[in-house]
Amino acid sequence: MNLKVPESITFAKTGFCPGCGHGIAIRLIAEVMEEMALTEKLLAVVDVACSSLAIDMWRFDTVMAAHGRPIPTAVGVKHIRPENPVMAYFGDGAAYNIGMAETVHAALRNDNICVFVVNNSVFGMTGGQMAATTLPWQKTVTSPYGKDPKKYGTLDITKVIGQMDIAYLARGELSGAAGIEQSKKMIKKAFEKQLANEGFCLVELLSECPTNLGMAPVDMMKHVHTAMAGYFKPGEFIDKGGSGR
Amino acid sequence: MGSSKAVLDSSRCKGCGYCVEECPKDALFFGKHTSDKGYTTVELNEEACIGCGVCYRVCPDYVFEIVEATE
Repeated sequence: MNLKVPESITFAKTGFCPGCGHGIAIRLIAEVMEEMALTEKLLAVVDVACSSLAIDMWRFDTVMAAHGRPIPTAVGVKHIRPENPVMAYFGDGAAYNIGMAETVHAALRNDNICVFVVNNSVFGMTGGQMAATTLPWQKTVTSPYGKDPKKYGTLDITKVIGQMDIAYLARGELSGAAGIEQSKKMIKKAFEKQLANEGFCLVELLSECPTNLGMAPVDMMKHVHTAMAGYFKPGEFIDKGGSGR
Repeated sequence: MGSSKAVLDSSRCKGCGYCVEECPKDALFFGKHTSDKGYTTVELNEEACIGCGVCYRVCPDYVFEIVEATE
């Protein structure tokens, strides 16, 4: 068996913190693109937060959008280059807080793009503030006594767009080899559906953020698999198949 | 399995320890080596490695490559 990180990875020494799940997600996307022979064709759109560091990590043609708006930017790119696979790559703070309106309406329109949301349950780049995805009673710098679910709730994207007429909605975890391999299959399926013109595909990737959750990386990895995956159940929630557009 | 081995580029390692935790053969460990950036980096017991690829899959920093053993 030979396993080698794809040529589209630059190995740049980026600012990702030790144990950050972004590095894993980026490798999975690069592997899928290599397997599908799409490395030269992919058009990526990233956010200005942690996901922006991906620009230095991969060799895909990439646009950096305004904060929280990779989705409308990706939709615009797809309109101009319909033959190219297009993805929006960003975090939960941007996708479900800052850019939630764009996320919902792109799903409503069933725009034919792939959306990959790295969910670490906090605002990462700005220092670990409470987000919509912060788990009940999870402590953050802005919820030092824990997030009161009666006051703030916790957003599960599958309950927001889970009834919409979109092509694919799935959630994987970037924890453990099995969970990571499952996430890769979801990423690949999303791209296959975009190429088949099926419509909006969103894959959420539960991710480590040891720095902002104040955990040792290995403890954080276990936290993703137990607490986060316990609340945000991994799986495929919408898998339409065929041309839904 | 058994005919493949992990090869490390420890200069990329940030010492998160995911590979050490996940390795089914306990072939990875933290020794005394420290990178230029100050991270304690992972080391490999080649005798124990079976080349299963788990370390490659869980590593966020692309430290590992799995190659066919030449011998």
